[in-house]
Amino acid sequence: MINYDYHKPAELADVFGLLEQHGAKAELIAGGTDVMVTIKQSNRSPEALISLRNLSHLSYIQKNGDYHIGALTTHRMLEQSELAQRELTALYQGASQVGSIQVRNVATIGGNICNAAPSADTAAPLLIMNAKLVLKSNRGEREVAIQDFFVGPSETVKEWDEILTEIIIPKPQGNFGSAYLKHSRRKAMNLPIIGVAVGLSVSKDSIITDARIALTVAAPTPIRVPLAEEFLEGKTLSDDLLKEAGALASSPECCSPRDSLRCEGWYREDMVRILIPRVAKEAVENVKK
Amino acid sequence: MNKITVNFNLNGEPVTADIPVTWTLLRTLRENFELTGAKEGCGVGECGACTVLIDGESVNACLYPIPEIEGKSVLTIEGVAHADGTLDPIQQAFVENNGVQCGYCTSGMIMSAKALLEQNPQPSESDIRSAISGNICRCTGYVQIVESIDMATKTQNVKNPE
Repeated sequence: MINYDYHKPAELADVFGLLEQHGAKAELIAGGTDVMVTIKQSNRSPEALISLRNLSHLSYIQKNGDYHIGALTTHRMLEQSELAQRELTALYQGASQVGSIQVRNVATIGGNICNAAPSADTAAPLLIMNAKLVLKSNRGEREVAIQDFFVGPSETVKEWDEILTEIIIPKPQGNFGSAYLKHSRRKAMNLPIIGVAVGLSVSKDSIITDARIALTVAAPTPIRVPLAEEFLEGKTLSDDLLKEAGALASSPECCSPRDSLRCEGWYREDMVRILIPRVAKEAVENVKK
Repeated sequence: MNKITVNFNLNGEPVTADIPVTWTLLRTLRENFELTGAKEGCGVGECGACTVLIDGESVNACLYPIPEIEGKSVLTIEGVAHADGTLDPIQQAFVENNGVQCGYCTSGMIMSAKALLEQNPQPSESDIRSAISGNICRCTGYVQIVESIDMATKTQNVKNPE
């Protein structure tokens, strides 16, 4: 049965008050493109929806040393941000490929992360950017590294009384470039079969000084691939080296993709192997921009 | 069922209505205002048949909680033609170019095209295809739809030379 009260607080303090009042029977809603779908498909609703859409002060993309992105920033804002396209390329690419324009106009980056789908298109880019998530509640404020945020499908370390307010992306050192590839059957309105994000810093003499690789739909949560990253660091960039990193990343030590409606696990593994070199090369290209 | 009073601008006119809080914008448009141009296809934001513009941006009305519409401006297919009945260049191009077969996706297609042309009056074919990528058509194979929108950019620019 669908029956809920709908609250539209304009201040964080009011959100905390409503959360206290309703406890776990309330659900937060931002763009609504996940929450409304779940309600419709299950034909069940929480007792109250607490809308975050009116916290308009949490919608921004700023750079002051580090990058600061408000949790209520829509995917469309990221897609149309020259700053994001130039300096947060993988995130720009991920955000631009979520759903459709209609979805991206309302769906927020905070929602994409807190919904914690193993396929979230902004998750792999944020993982390679070492993003920090600012969680606020009546009890105070804490920062959680995105690497520690996801626990399982739709499960995160965020407590019921906490709200994700901001995503902080530390300014990378050196010539850092990033890229994200969403491998899917259609270019639009589809979830990835596999998502690959790579961030690389390469010195003038072609030594890889920093390597970061993240995958979506390769495990129950979006993951980093530390074994393949360590393998790359300190070595001279070459096609063969990237191929070896791809093979390593597709091994069972690094990822565990499942069979699903969208695709079988063996194919996902094979695509990890094939796509990591491609995305890595694009990341290097994106440094030069 | 709790109701909420919402005030918003609908196709250029200020409106006020008492609507159950759990209704979406789509249900409100169709059942309260009897504007049945926006369709429910999938109901979960996949097909785009319910596309309307809110403050100029295309949105799936089927997922839009009605309490959020307070103070906003909504444009539906019913508000696209001019007051004297003259069709918008996009509508005219769909008519002339067979952009319509069964018609179910057409309202949403035209609203997505409308949002595109407001933001980018001279889109490339790739811009057009990308702009309607959230609108599914099962009849046309999209060719005549893309051609219609392309034709509209030309007629629109003839009517409003820069």
